[in-house]
Amino acid sequence: MARIVVDVMPKPEILDPQGKAIVRALPHQGITAFTGVRQGKRFELEVDGEVTEQVLATAREAAETMLSNPVIEDVVNVTVINDATSTEA
Amino acid sequence: MASNTFEAPLVADLSSPSPDGTLVDVRVGIVTFPGTLDDRDAARAIDIAGGTSVPLWYADDDLQGVDAVILPGGFSYGDYLRAGAISRFAPLMSRIVDAANSDAAMPVLGICNGFQILTEAHLLPGSMIRNDHLKFVCRDQRLRVENTETAWTALYTAGQEIVVPLKNNDGQYVCDQATLDMLEAEGRVAFRYVGHNPNGSLNDIAGVTNARGNVVGLMPHPEHAVEPGFGPDSTGQGPVTMGDGTDGLDIFISALKTVVNGGTRA
Repeated sequence: MARIVVDVMPKPEILDPQGKAIVRALPHQGITAFTGVRQGKRFELEVDGEVTEQVLATAREAAETMLSNPVIEDVVNVTVINDATSTEA
Repeated sequence: MASNTFEAPLVADLSSPSPDGTLVDVRVGIVTFPGTLDDRDAARAIDIAGGTSVPLWYADDDLQGVDAVILPGGFSYGDYLRAGAISRFAPLMSRIVDAANSDAAMPVLGICNGFQILTEAHLLPGSMIRNDHLKFVCRDQRLRVENTETAWTALYTAGQEIVVPLKNNDGQYVCDQATLDMLEAEGRVAFRYVGHNPNGSLNDIAGVTNARGNVVGLMPHPEHAVEPGFGPDSTGQGPVTMGDGTDGLDIFISALKTVVNGGTRA
């Protein structure tokens, strides 16, 4: 089994209220190294069998049409992960 | 002291003839998705306004010949993925998008979650993200009607202020600067928050319209301000007897009259 990872982030010019809340809360844990946080989403699409170029194209289409809203978000990554542990079991 | 003499019925009497007999033949579809909450209030608003509400089911493929459609509020699909994102792909939405974009320009109103669905369906520009303060907000909200040329606002006067309930988690209206400039230049901001911006929306935007004025979306809930005794405690003119605010009713009558007038605005 393989997985396709899709990462979606809020567009740089769109406010990210959740990220702002996180960056304000970090110092309460003594973590002061970070000046900004942006919160995005990671999707894992499971595929039976091989990830062909066609399957990858379908994943990109899903990412653009449903997994993200192009008005407020960018698809920043679509990559294949082959699970090293998932040999015949 | 409160002078509650029950001179007026506390609950609207739907059996009495509607104030305008020509409106009763106007059929307005109210769409229910899994997780919709305010479909029955929206249907009641249409009936009180004098029209005929028609329940529509999201998974059907048939608009049943309705003259207009309301996408009510709630949390369709639990707001999973993004508010309105999954509902947008419901079979009935394709019919609604086609009807809204057709020459007949069917009136479509999206309230709260319905507004979010309309933006996800690209019938309206922009999008809604989490409230800037990250809290759910529920309050009686003062609005200014900025555009009275739409199918849903024709009975108001330009600049008129109204009070209707507001309740949302993802109500912060956002869009890119070019879209914002276009909306302002073309007068497509239909409603604006007055006195207090409850969610950080750009330019205090509470509702927008498409270019033709048949599709309108707004975050606050006019369908909760249509019936004396069950609305806000104030109107655009000031305080009223408890719950007697009915400022939202003219939104629904506007659409009924637009349909009766053959699509030209009331």
